Amino acid sequence: MELYMSLAIGVIFTVGVYLILSKSLLRIILGTSILTHGVHLLLLTMSKLKTGSAPLLGEKAETYVDPLPQALILTSIVISFGVTSFFFVLAYKAYQKLGTDDMEQLRGNDDE
Amino acid sequence: MNNLLVFPLLIPLCTAVILLFFKNSVTGQRWVSAIGMLFNLAAAIVLIYQVKTEGIQTLHMGGWLPPYGIVFVGDMLAALLVLATSIVGTFCLFFTFGTIGKEREKYYFYPFYQFLLVGVSGSFLTGDLFNLFVCFEVMLISSYALIVLGGTKKQLRETLKYILINILSSTLFVAAVAYLYGVVGTLNMADLSQRIAEVGQSGVLNVIAILFMIVFSLKAGLFLFFWLPGSYSAPPAAVSALFGALLTKVGVYALIRTFTLIFYHEPAITHHWMAWMAAATMVLGAFGAAAYSDIGRILNYNVIISVGFLAFGLAVSSKEALDGVVFYLLHDMVAKALLFIIGGMLMYIAGTGRLKEMGGLIKRYPFMGWMFFITALAIAGIPPLSGFTGKLLIIMGGFQEKYFWLTAVSLASSFIVLYSLIKIFMAAFWGAEMKNTDSLPAVNKGFIVSAAGLCLIVVAMGIGSEWVYQYVSEAGHTLINPAQYIDAVLKE
Repeated sequence: MELYMSLAIGVIFTVGVYLILSKSLLRIILGTSILTHGVHLLLLTMSKLKTGSAPLLGEKAETYVDPLPQALILTSIVISFGVTSFFFVLAYKAYQKLGTDDMEQLRGNDDE
Repeated sequence: MNNLLVFPLLIPLCTAVILLFFKNSVTGQRWVSAIGMLFNLAAAIVLIYQVKTEGIQTLHMGGWLPPYGIVFVGDMLAALLVLATSIVGTFCLFFTFGTIGKEREKYYFYPFYQFLLVGVSGSFLTGDLFNLFVCFEVMLISSYALIVLGGTKKQLRETLKYILINILSSTLFVAAVAYLYGVVGTLNMADLSQRIAEVGQSGVLNVIAILFMIVFSLKAGLFLFFWLPGSYSAPPAAVSALFGALLTKVGVYALIRTFTLIFYHEPAITHHWMAWMAAATMVLGAFGAAAYSDIGRILNYNVIISVGFLAFGLAVSSKEALDGVVFYLLHDMVAKALLFIIGGMLMYIAGTGRLKEMGGLIKRYPFMGWMFFITALAIAGIPPLSGFTGKLLIIMGGFQEKYFWLTAVSLASSFIVLYSLIKIFMAAFWGAEMKNTDSLPAVNKGFIVSAAGLCLIVVAMGIGSEWVYQYVSEAGHTLINPAQYIDAVLKE
């Protein structure tokens, strides 16, 4: 199971990196959020996907899955959610003010 | 157990939350944030005193013993850096009062400022790798807000790049944490260190170490600094002073912590890489500092050179070199804040950053001119001033461990630093006077207080090196003997 997950995460990383390297700002933001998906799945996978009960003591199971990565992922999800929403609004403001979403045209110049 | 450890976080956090409630009263905001900073300063001083008298302080959050709970650790390095942070924060705040402008102050400038300090102090004090990630994010999100606040075209454009590179490095950070958790099964730094020492740092752990090096290098501007010159020239002077003094140094601190506490078993691989990255950083930074004739650019490349220098000291990793790293780190935080404050004021009164359009300012601003001169000498490392001792220790370490070429590079980079800063001094303060110097704006009180205060600290740190060294040496001692740190955290 870990093997398939790793392959899937590899594909997600590839897509994310490809999108980040493109010109359009929206594609770049999509790329970053795809990358964060990949990394969250990676966190889940790296704690070994053993079968076990959900980490609730009421389940009274023999084995539970590792609860720590789930807490880490939850933290990371809300952080990346906050950052992504900030990034989207920033892109919107930048489009309004600079009139382009092409990263090639967002280079610095001295006469400002 | 010592509850004082959480105060450097708690005080700015509470200040920031209080500040959120009255956004229109600018005077009130200034008073509250200044008082908050003074409390923070007091807490940092008491913390250093306690670490000095009673050894490494720990705080187990919620009473859960490590490695299960989050632990805060105040060793001498963390305590000194927290003190430097609050000093820099206080003086930059005074500079902010006069220069930032009412518009920005009304739109939550001071809360963001305090949240940034929360993130920085938290990163210094935490003893848990994932908590370090969270503190980094607290710091970074506030820095995104501070860099874009005001919304000029240049700020918007540069913030896009700054956010993108930081999201990328944060993503890599989480990936590195995931791998490390997969291999070792813990995230507490002391516990990690112990377990890696048991299983031996080989194969996959070296790869993870390199991944951490890439992540922290992106944050610190070590070799992967291509984002830094543009981003740091976008925000107003007060903000770039804070960034130049604190943000990259947090990355450097993370490098120091990981490569002295956790991944110190294979220096032939990790530290060797770091040495070459440091050399490349110093060389490329020196090119940048020498090439430009624009104040903002020169200052930004100076930040990069000093990061390279610190990484060189870390790569050598002898007792002398680590002492030097700690000393130079403290000096560099204060001196870079001072340099950016004076540089920012210079650009403000001249109305431009270009050296060609300036000249002859020493007649009207003698105080500022000579302060800039002292700062330039201090950063280059001229003996009676604060930069000297740190550089001397690092270079001594470099010679003792037979890194001759790299030591030569770092010495040469000091010359370039001196050249680039004296170039600013000569072009801006000497030479033919600018047209209509009488109509140039006067410097404000906040600038005088902050620049004179920081300048005094730079001089005092240089003259009182012996006194500072006893603290620095203790910090270096913990860095070279990770067992001390582990014992303090894990054995109660």
